[in-house]
This record gives sequence, structure tokens and C-alpha cells, in this order.
Amino acid sequence: MTESNFSLKKIEISVSEAEKRTGRNAMNMQETYTAYLIETRSVEHSDGQSVLTDSLWRRCSAFEWLRNYLLVYYPHVVVPPLPEKRAEFVWHKLSADNMDPDFVERRRIGLENFLLRLASHPILCRDKIFYLFLTQEGNWKETVNETGFQLKADSRLKALNATFRVKNPDKRFIELKHYSDELQSVISHLLRVRARVADRLYGVYKVHGNYGRVFSEWSAIEKEMGDGLQSAGHHMDVYASSIDDILEDEEHYADQLKEYLFYAEALRAVCRKHELMQYDLEMAAQDLASKKQQCEELATGGELFSIWVCGIIITNLKTFSLKGVTTQLFGQETPEQREARIKMLEEQIKEGEQQLKSKNLEGREFVKNAWADIERFKEQKNHDLKEALISYAVMQISMCKKGIQVWTNAKECFSKM
Amino acid sequence: MEGECRASPARSWGLPAGGAGGDSPGGDVPLPGSISSSALLQTEVLDLDEDEDDLEVFSKDASLMDMNSFSPLMPTSPLSMINQVKFEDEPDLKDLFITVDEPESHVTTIETFITYRIITKTSRGEFDSSEFEVRRRYQDFLWLKEKLEEAHPTLIIPPLPEKFIVKGMVERFNDDFIETRRKALHKFLNRIADHPTLTFNEDFKIFLTAEAWEFSSHKKQGPGLLSRMGQSVRAVALSMKGVKSRPEEFMEMNNFIEIFSHKINLIDKISQRIYKEEREYLDEMKEYGPIHILWSASEEDLADTLKSVASCIDECCKATEKRMSGLSEALLPVVHEYVLYSEMLMAVMKRRDQIQTELDSKVEALTSKKADTDLLTEEIGKLEDKVECANNALKADWDRWRQNMQNDIKSAFTNMAEENILYYEQCLATWESFLTSQTDLHLEEASEDKL
Repeated sequence: MTESNFSLKKIEISVSEAEKRTGRNAMNMQETYTAYLIETRSVEHSDGQSVLTDSLWRRCSAFEWLRNYLLVYYPHVVVPPLPEKRAEFVWHKLSADNMDPDFVERRRIGLENFLLRLASHPILCRDKIFYLFLTQEGNWKETVNETGFQLKADSRLKALNATFRVKNPDKRFIELKHYSDELQSVISHLLRVRARVADRLYGVYKVHGNYGRVFSEWSAIEKEMGDGLQSAGHHMDVYASSIDDILEDEEHYADQLKEYLFYAEALRAVCRKHELMQYDLEMAAQDLASKKQQCEELATGGELFSIWVCGIIITNLKTFSLKGVTTQLFGQETPEQREARIKMLEEQIKEGEQQLKSKNLEGREFVKNAWADIERFKEQKNHDLKEALISYAVMQISMCKKGIQVWTNAKECFSKM
Repeated sequence: MEGECRASPARSWGLPAGGAGGDSPGGDVPLPGSISSSALLQTEVLDLDEDEDDLEVFSKDASLMDMNSFSPLMPTSPLSMINQVKFEDEPDLKDLFITVDEPESHVTTIETFITYRIITKTSRGEFDSSEFEVRRRYQDFLWLKEKLEEAHPTLIIPPLPEKFIVKGMVERFNDDFIETRRKALHKFLNRIADHPTLTFNEDFKIFLTAEAWEFSSHKKQGPGLLSRMGQSVRAVALSMKGVKSRPEEFMEMNNFIEIFSHKINLIDKISQRIYKEEREYLDEMKEYGPIHILWSASEEDLADTLKSVASCIDECCKATEKRMSGLSEALLPVVHEYVLYSEMLMAVMKRRDQIQTELDSKVEALTSKKADTDLLTEEIGKLEDKVECANNALKADWDRWRQNMQNDIKSAFTNMAEENILYYEQCLATWESFLTSQTDLHLEEASEDKL
């Protein structure tokens, strides 16, 4: 469903709040969930001012519905992924609790990012259901259901383990599948180790905090050293507590990487769609070929048969009866019946050829469109990940500068002891 | 030796030429009253080894000395005091240089042990030569320490590294363990050499110079095992009695020692823990960098950036290693030495208390007229001298020790701070140059696109 006049380019979208709510679910049971406030602002041309045009609450499941709908209707698009539902790759001091406010906050940012990705996608931004998601308060779910997207969804796409023996897949898609596997594996590994590094770094910083307390107690018995010890201890406390902000920032970097970890799955979905289409195409071609062969056999079989029959007649003059012979060979079928069969097959073949033609066309269209989006995705990925790596460097620089300051202060205190 | 004590100054005070009887130490021990001398501190310390010959010459001068504070004859500004305690920084005044190195394993049928080579260079007259090389094992160091404690029960003898490490390594002959021990033994001997009194101890000299056979025969001399046991039994009995009343300053001292001991132990634990956490951080970082290289293999545009990040992480690893080694050189051994020192201090306090208790019990005996009063009075007289000697020795050495401790701790923590500053500076430089290279590339790419 698209609306050609509609464009989201001049609209600002934000997921501005997250709220814990309790309600009753479909089975009339109490449940707790988080709802997100989505605000849409249209930007006026002349003064660049934005006006709040829509504001509504959506829960997580709505986002999932939206995405599933998009997956079905835009199989050639690398559909942006949703943020994780459960906190993974967590370093142990960070809460893995889904209701933890920090996690909820990061989720909010992730969902906002999802909507912004959709809005900036040349194709997806025009989708009506997406537009309604942002604007239609009630009955949105019903509207989506009416599209019948669930029926259209190919269950085979979800079957992750299913392999289809495809004879001639487009090589680029094979490569892309490999790439997405590698990307997923390497980013997972990176995130795991990063979490461990964060854990250790946390330990180093926090243990220094103990110096603060002990220095303070020690300073009580010292005359000359006392002041220096006491103030140095204070700096140790500052140092120890600085790690919390540092690691919180790093968590945002991890989230950026996670998005591309989940994008790998979206890439694979497109590849699978191609595989399926190719498989269906090949199956159809195979089916057509076998029907043609059948037809041919039926047709030519008659000529050969009559030659053969003559032979039998000649050799079996006594017992010869045409009906009898044909019954031996064809069962109970009469030539009329055979003719009928041949005719039916010829019709099927005609149909099949049409179908094959359109499937071929479909397939080629798909490959063309998919590849266009994949190229777009690649550029986006390269740009985003480069930015992420640069922001990581910026974080490290900030951490180093803080470290230098704290230790310079501490050194001054020590030298005054 | 717990022999008789004379309220006499250290023989190392050494007035030149007129120094009757005993040898005067090397010519570079200056006159009293001079400012820059390390020997200034020596004047406060009473050497219980004193030959009686020196008495007459010096006793008059000694009475001028107020042992509780510095005499107006000598400058007592804290600044000059601080300058004086840094013996290591004034090589021109040192006349005894000791190094401990080359640990070697020896295997016999009964045991395996390690010996350390000890090289001594000196210009002191009482040494037969200017250079000595001997080999000693840990047991020998232990012997030396015990002899020094016997001779100077209320002086703060430098601590020895532990016999065994309780936690962690059980293996005695692990390389790190040996190296740590070697460094500690080196420190131990140098601290003795720098001590105004202990440096002239005879057993110390023999330890540094005697050949193996000479040394082992010397070790066998002195109070036998049984008499040593007898002494310690008496000591225990006395300590059970408890000290009746410690003079105020020693109460303060004891209080300080208790709190200091507690705090320094905590700091030791904290420092060890930091080292451990840094090591584990380093291990993870070493795995972190290469993942970026792995990733770069499947990327085109991103490959260079990823490789750069990997090399930055690598640089940071190197910086971390450097920081760790700095810690283990400058901070950990110093803190640990003072942990051992705090144990030593408690032992010294105890010994002082014992001497006082001895006196107190005799005084008590006198007042209750339990035994021969004349004999008791004489004994009490001697004990009073003994107590005064002990107290004065401790007080003087205490001040010296406090100063040393302050400098050592200050220096150790300042080094720690410097190591950290250096670490962060190195990491900063690495990441900043990465950033510059990336933004330069950005500009390059942007200008290319415009073309």
C-alpha cells in the first residue's frame, strides 16, 4: 500500500517517552508492558519551525506488526531491524533486567532510530501503513490485518533451516549471504569481548576508589602527610566514579553495532526471498519441461505404436484385435481419451509457459530492485559504521583526557605530602 | 648485645683524631655541628656496642645532648632533615655500596636452595679491602637480621622479604618470586648500610665480606640455641605481665603503629588487586583488537578504518603493559616493604615494653622488699640505664623511620600517578592520530566527490 502523494521527508519523528503500563491481554490476563509515545512534527518550509501534528502511544508489539507487514510487502528491501527485546552482550555490572530504566531508555532510542530509518528510506517512507502507524490512533492493527499480509507471508521464508536446492542462484546473492553470516559472527564476537573489556575496566577504576577511603583514615594519624593523603584520596574517588559515565556512553556505541548485527538478518531475508523465487522458477520450469515431455510422449507414442502394432499383428495374426492390443498398452484408455489428455496438457503447457515467463520477469525485477536497495544499504552501512568507529575513538579520547586530569591532580597532592 | 649500656654517643659520631680507642669510621664522617651531614642523625643514636674507651672523651658532650629534641647546636629545620634522610640521593656521602644479584640454584642431596651474589664496594678503613664478593642464601639473611635485632632490640631493623608467599604461588623457585625476593634483599642490605648505627655493626660487616667457610664458622658462635630459647622464654613471661605504664610518647607511637599497620595492609591489598584487574583488562584487550582485523577481511570501504582501530587498541595494550610494569616496580614493592616494616615496628614496640617491664618488676620487687635491697637497687640502676638507652634509641630511630616512610610513600604514589598520566597520554595520542587520519580522509573523499 503506497500513497504516491505522501512523503515523510518534511516530517520529524520522535519517540519521546516510554511508560510502563499494566493491562489485560487477549487471554484476559494481567500483563506489564512498555508503551512508547510517538510524536510527529511537520516542518514548515518558511521558518523551519516544527508543529506537532500527531502524538500517540504504541506498544512494542505494534512495532513488530509494522515490521512484519513491511517484510511481506517489500521483500526486495533490506528492512531496518528493531532493537533487541532482551539485553544481550551485557557486562555484568549492567543490569540485564528488561524493566531496568537504562535499558528501557536505550530501547526508546532504538525504536526512534527504527522509525527514522523507515522515514529516510526512499521506498518505505511512502508506505501508507507506516503513515497510519504514526497518525492513526485507533484500529491501526485492524487496518493492517485487512491488508491480509499474514496470509501473503510465505511461511517458507521463516523456515530458517530450510535449504532449497537451487540450481542457478544469482551469485551476488550467494556472496551476500556469506557476507551477512560473517558480519553477524564478527559483530557478535566483538560485542562479547567488548562487554568483557568493559567489565575489567570497571574493576580497575572501582578498586581505586578504595584508596580514597583508606587514605582518608590514614591521614588522621599523619601530621605532614595528612593533607596530601586526604586530598589525593578525594581524587581517587573521582577517578573511580568516572567510569560509570564512560561505560554508559560506550553502551550507545554497542547499540550502533547491534543495529548492524540485526541488519545481517534483514540481508539474509532478502537473499532467502531470491532463493525462494529462483526455486519456484526452477520448479515451474521443471514442471513445464516434464509436462512437455509427457505431451510429446503421448503424441509420438501413437506413431511408434502403430508401427509396433503392425509388427505384433504380423506376428500375432491369430489373436490380433486392435482393441485388445491397445488395452494391453494403454489400459482402458481409448484414443479419444488420449487425445483429451493431450489437449489438456497442451493447455497446461501454454499456461505454464505464461507463468514461467511472468515468474522470470518477476525474478529479474526482484533481483534488480533488491540489488538497488542492497547498494543503498551498503553505502549506509559503510557510512554509519565508520561514524560509529570514529565516535568510539572520540569516547576513548574523552576518557583519556579525564584520566590525565584526575591523575595530574592526584600527583600534585602526593607531591605535597 | 643486651649488654651494659652507657649513655654514650655512637662511636660513629667520630670526632676526628681525638677519637680514643675505637676506630673512627671513614674520613667522610663529618664534625658535629655541620649541616649537611648524614651523621647528624647518628648523634641521636646510641650504639650499644660501644667500647668503654670512648666514654671519657665524649661523655661531656653527650650530656649536652637532649635526646628528646634536637640540640640547638644543630639545625633542626624540617627541610634540612628531609634533605638528610635521602641517603640514596647523596652518593658522595655514601661509603658503602651493595648490590644483590645473580640468583643461582644449588642442589644438594638434602635440599635445593638459591644463593644470591652480594658485591660490596667501600672506602671505609675498617674493611680490609675496597671490594668484596660473596654468596649468601636466604637463611644467612635471616641470621643477620636476628643478630641485628639482638644487638639493637629497639632499633627499627629493615624487614626481610617473607619466607614463603602464602597466597598465590607455592613454588619457591618461580622466576618472578626469585626476582621479587632479590630486589627486596637488595633493599634490605642497603637500608642497613644507610642506617647510622646498623651500618657499623660487626655482624653486618662479616656478612658482607666473609668467605663461605669463615662465615659459617662465625655463625656458629654467639649465644647457643638453648640460651636463645631461655631468653625468649623470659621475654614471653615478661610480655605476659604486660606493660604497666607506657610513657606518653610511646603510647602515641603504639597507636600510630597500630593504625598505620592496618592502613598499609589495606593499601597493599588494594594495590595488588589493581594490578590483578589491570592484568585481566590487558588480557581481554589483547583479544579485542584482532577482532577488528578479522572484520576488515570481509569489508572493503571499512577495511582501513577497522585496521586502524585494531592498531590503536594494540598501542593501548602496550601502554597498559608499561603501566603495569611501572606499578610493579615502583609501587607494589614499596607498599609491601612497609607492610613488613609495620610488623617489625610492633616487634620493636614489644621489645621496648619488655625492657620496661623488666625494670618495673624489679622496682615492684624492691618496694615489696622481697629480696636483697642492695642488689636490687644496683640492678635497678642498670635497668634504668637500659630502659633509657632503649627508649632513646627507639625515639631517634622512630623519627628517622617516619621521615623515610613519608618520602618513600610519597615517592611511590607520585610514581604511580605518573605512570597513569603517561599511560593516558600515550592512549590519547594514539586515538587522536586515528581521528586526524579519519577526518583527513573524509575531507579527501569529500573533495574527490566534488571533482
